[in-house]
Amino acid sequence: MTVTANPPVRPRHGRPWTMVERNLMIYRHTWPVILAEIFEPLLYLLAFGLGIGALVGHVPGLRGDVPYPEFVAPALLATAAMNGAMNETTFNLYAKLTTDRTYESILTTPMSVRSVALGEVSWALLRGTLVSTAFLAVVSAFGLVHTPAALLVVPSALLIGFTFASTGLLVVTFLRSWQDFQLIQLVMLPMFLFATTFFPLNVYPRPIQVFIEALPLYHGIELTRAAFLGTTSAHLAVAVAYLALLGTAALTWAVHRLERTLRD
Amino acid sequence: MTAGPVPILAEGLTKTYGGFTAVDGIDLEVRRGEAFGVLGANGAGKSSTMRMIACVSPVTAGSLRILGRDSATDGAAIRARLGVVPQDDTIDGELTVRENLLIYGRYFGLSWKVLRERSARLLEFARLEDKAGDAVGTLSGGMRRRLTIARALINEPEIVLLDEPTTGLDPQARHLLWERLHRLKQDGVTLLLTTHYMDEAEQLCDRLVVMDAGRIVASGTPAELIARHTSREVLELKFAADERQVMIDKCRGLAERMEELPYRLLLYTDDGEETLAAVNARGVRPRTALIRRSTLEDVFLTLTGRSLVD
Ligand SMILES: Nc1ncnc2c1ncn2[C@@H]1O[C@H](COP(=O)(O)OP(=O)(O)O)[C@@H](O)[C@H]1O
Ligand SMILES: [Mg+2]
Repeated sequence: MTVTANPPVRPRHGRPWTMVERNLMIYRHTWPVILAEIFEPLLYLLAFGLGIGALVGHVPGLRGDVPYPEFVAPALLATAAMNGAMNETTFNLYAKLTTDRTYESILTTPMSVRSVALGEVSWALLRGTLVSTAFLAVVSAFGLVHTPAALLVVPSALLIGFTFASTGLLVVTFLRSWQDFQLIQLVMLPMFLFATTFFPLNVYPRPIQVFIEALPLYHGIELTRAAFLGTTSAHLAVAVAYLALLGTAALTWAVHRLERTLRD
Repeated sequence: MTAGPVPILAEGLTKTYGGFTAVDGIDLEVRRGEAFGVLGANGAGKSSTMRMIACVSPVTAGSLRILGRDSATDGAAIRARLGVVPQDDTIDGELTVRENLLIYGRYFGLSWKVLRERSARLLEFARLEDKAGDAVGTLSGGMRRRLTIARALINEPEIVLLDEPTTGLDPQARHLLWERLHRLKQDGVTLLLTTHYMDEAEQLCDRLVVMDAGRIVASGTPAELIARHTSREVLELKFAADERQVMIDKCRGLAERMEELPYRLLLYTDDGEETLAAVNARGVRPRTALIRRSTLEDVFLTLTGRSLVD
């Protein structure tokens, strides 16, 4: 061991990417869990798309009539992107913040709280891209994809992932105990059920429509559905802006709050 | 080697949590290449001090310069040149032993190539070569501590901060750790360590400060502290429980200073033999009597009126 005062290798400052490397290192041992994440939306597609699809047939109003499985598939993908990202930055992150205290040692290095936060969000995005790409591949193998525009669901899922990973990061800074995860479920489940995942917006009375239009998942589904079906509308710009803004605001606030708790 | 900025220079360093003052305006100067100790009982403010110096916890008041840089503005640049061994092991439980070293080095922006070579060397240094591929959950306490120290060396730091490096370890594991720390010192690394073990401070530290309730109550080399704050020798007496109080009362006035501990009576004196003779002359019959040289433990007792490890 020689430890010199002039290290031959000049250390550079820690960057967000190293958090992704850490997660990849762990996933080398535990990669099958990602299969479960791809499997879940497929299961919903099978149960609802085929099951309910057999009853309702087509959903009127969008680009002519859309077969029900093609109506739910992009929504399930948006939901999977949301859940994957949220799980990563709420459930997994809460464990790292409390029981594992993972960040304590990381923050003794040149890594900043911001780098750690950006890194964890990036990792959630990487995972989300993997899941949404795999999902897209499977549904196109089932013959549900009819337009090359469907490839745009991947960047759409990425944006949804960003919004919800950042929101999750903010939410996790407010959690007091594991019990609080039930409160998250209390918000997430209704959002999943009502944000036009299974029914188009026009089945609801107007006051409820307004409420649904405020949900971030609604905008996410609008994006993936438009890409999947190859439709466009002016609303897509609103959806992109809404998701990007919400994600950026949440991330900024989350970093600020984490800074206070992790550097006490 | 004395060139270059002072490794650690703190003036009026203060840390408060809410309204509570954990570190109360301390001054510290740690010189290049020395092993500097912070000695204190639980709650004295040692960890709070170490965390500020490690630039992981912001300074409430006072100035703190590390390697010539201001901790408030240059935290990341300072941390790049420090090795930190926190009080509680914070090894990454989801990774193997070697992966812990590799990824920690990545946080410093080191290349994989450099890290492969360094991690092999550090595994050897920590005597963990056989455990390289194991989950960290299978390590013993001593092994975890050595891994934490190895990890702290991955960036070849100029200063290593060790917060109670051997607390909770068995004697054999402690000796192995001390030997490794001696090697680091020989290599020219500046060491700052906290401890509540006297023998550890005497073994490892060139200079030290004694902390109590957030303040520094004494500082110097171990020999200076002993010379300044306590007598040359100590007569330790133990009594049967039923006659303890009577015997203690009889001993009063026989030594410069007397300290009553739960199981022992300490008489501070410059000549232990003479005092023992005087004790016997008063008809005091201790169960055991021991004459020894004063240690840092006695310095601590004298300064704070409490023993270090309760
Ligand atoms: N994060 C914290 N928040 C509030 N109080 C703290 C915190 N950390 C330490 N303290 C308090 O500060 C005092 C000094 O603690 P510490 O620096 O850990 O001492 P030591 O390491 O010498 O045992 C203790 O009374 C402790 O309870
Ligand atoms: Mg402590």
